[in-house]
Amino acid sequence: MARYIARRLLWLLVVVFFVSLITFGFARAVPGGPFSAEKKLPAAVLAQLEKKYNLDAPLWQQYLSYMGDILIPRITGEAVEGSLLSDYLINIPLGSDLTFQWMNFGPSYKDRSRTVNDIFRENLPVSFELGFYAFILAVVVGLPLGVVAALKQNTLWDYLAMSVAIFGVSVPSIALGPIFIWLFAVELAWFLPSGWGSWRQDVLPAVVLGVGSSAVIARLTRASLLQVVREDYIRTARAKGLREGVIVVRHALRNSLIPVVTVMGPIFAFLVTGTLVTETIFGVPGMGKYFVGSITNRDYPVIMGTILFFAIIIVLANLIVDLMYAWLDPRIRYT
Amino acid sequence: MAVQQQAASRVAGTQGAALPVRRREASLWADAWRRLLKNKAAVTGGIIILIVLVMAIFADTWVFTLFTGGEPQPLLAPQSYEKQSLVDNNVVPHWLTVVFPTMKPVGEVGGYAKLSDKFILGADYNGRDLLSRIIYGARVSLAVAFVGSFISLLIGVVYGTISGYFGGRVDNLMMRFVDVMYGFPDILFVILLLAFFRSTTAAAEEGTLRGFFTMIDNSMGGMFFIFVGLGVTAWMSMARLTRGQILSLREKEFIEAARSIGTFDIRIMTRHILPNILGPIVVNQTLDIPRYIATEAFLSFIGLGVLRPTPSWGAMIVDGSEAIRTYPHQAIIPALALAIIMFAFNFLGDGLRDALDPRLKGSD
Repeated sequence: MARYIARRLLWLLVVVFFVSLITFGFARAVPGGPFSAEKKLPAAVLAQLEKKYNLDAPLWQQYLSYMGDILIPRITGEAVEGSLLSDYLINIPLGSDLTFQWMNFGPSYKDRSRTVNDIFRENLPVSFELGFYAFILAVVVGLPLGVVAALKQNTLWDYLAMSVAIFGVSVPSIALGPIFIWLFAVELAWFLPSGWGSWRQDVLPAVVLGVGSSAVIARLTRASLLQVVREDYIRTARAKGLREGVIVVRHALRNSLIPVVTVMGPIFAFLVTGTLVTETIFGVPGMGKYFVGSITNRDYPVIMGTILFFAIIIVLANLIVDLMYAWLDPRIRYT
Repeated sequence: MAVQQQAASRVAGTQGAALPVRRREASLWADAWRRLLKNKAAVTGGIIILIVLVMAIFADTWVFTLFTGGEPQPLLAPQSYEKQSLVDNNVVPHWLTVVFPTMKPVGEVGGYAKLSDKFILGADYNGRDLLSRIIYGARVSLAVAFVGSFISLLIGVVYGTISGYFGGRVDNLMMRFVDVMYGFPDILFVILLLAFFRSTTAAAEEGTLRGFFTMIDNSMGGMFFIFVGLGVTAWMSMARLTRGQILSLREKEFIEAARSIGTFDIRIMTRHILPNILGPIVVNQTLDIPRYIATEAFLSFIGLGVLRPTPSWGAMIVDGSEAIRTYPHQAIIPALALAIIMFAFNFLGDGLRDALDPRLKGSD
């Protein structure tokens, strides 16, 4: 199992490499640079800016220096000062004036006073927290809903649960956000409509974000459980005289969770890496706007940083999901 | 006696006597239609879509001016979507202050909303009639839905049919290409495409290819590149679905029989295979439509959707969100419209899927 995990982590590096290559090439292939959208700059100023950010070097050189800054750690004896071009994510003092530094994602071209690491440090935890709450909500609401719908198939409970699910899947957060804000924050004033920090501000964005995923989980759980409950071993368990609750939780649920867990990995990755719509509607200072905004602004380091981060999260989420398969189904074995 | 009578009438029937024999039509589509009509949710969805379609087509007299020429005049919509009246900005009809009690009219304590019964649903921040903009906005959503489906079917089904029917290396190559495209973040591509063609420098270039496309885009109110973006992202799932269906059909005996009597491949594909896979394709397409509409709403949200002043429900939600505390109806009403149409397509798609489900054959 340890060798399997090691192999998958190695594969993670390969995926990161390919994603970085493709994203880099694609972002540079489209004309327009980080400084071409503003007012026309005099040629000399433009040349200076490009030289400062290393944009006039050949593309492969830019790519290698960028990846080198991220992957290759360095040990410096200089005083550690945060400058825009040398802001490292990991700074470990080694005593006697030496520091171990690693992971410099570069400066932001658009936001001239910040580096990508600043964005990670300030906005990422917020997005992560919001996504985490939304994920918990999705699982806590979606799983029981799906189980109830499957066990009481074609009764009122089933129709109710599936109506809630269709509602969650149909209405995008663009539409749901304003409706919820008006209903719960303006009209009933139970919660605050924007911001992040207190629970009054956190609930609405987490709910709006989580509703869609809970619907997906509910439908999938219902479909999967419906198939498992008809299996022979469930009938054996009933014949043995086990209580229905024990049968469902110990036997049926565990075997029906594989498709659900499969989809929970990417759902977690999507929720956690910041969603533009929910964050904009609710004024949550997360990373979503950097995903999309950086593309429009041609802010190359932010584009690369956010997409690399997303790729890493997705691969890790899939790895955890695959490891959970082994726990859910002991017949699955990894060498 | 009774038995003899029955036997006599049976014999009379076979001899062509005047006994009308009525049979229920038993094809797949007739069965599916009957089952669909029994599904109340699907029927409701279908009716809603029809209503929105009528709203979109007859918003103004555009269909008629296609034949008679001249400028389209507002028909179902009370006025044009771009007619501004800054004197009337943000006016609110009286009934809305009852539905939205936090919107207090001028005169009450803490009141701010200007009352005017000129517009049924009120006006937006530029004094444009909200109802007219909603009706015209239906055009964008439905255009996106239908054009997206059309492109996805055209490219996806053809691609998938070729790939699935010929199999072997052709299939391998074509599917590897789809896999690579799948892994690519399509939103990234669409955003880059739109940012490239919509930048201010693009509008300036006249004779180049880029300027040409930008001109088409501007003349269509910004719809052209939305279609392109959708077309690029939408065909892949349809291609995979078609290919899967064809792979399972390809080995069936009736195909072998057709091939053995020398039928041309094209004829086999169109006459034998396609009609049989139409079911899952239609279902999948109907369930994909909410995704197209949501994509367009998202693009409008980030400012890359249709060009102003063309109204789109997504763009109206964005504009309305800025005033959500003071004039909530400006965001809620388009949000409700968007939610309703997505509901409708989802119900219809689910109903179609249940109706065309071969396992339920003969169950009514």
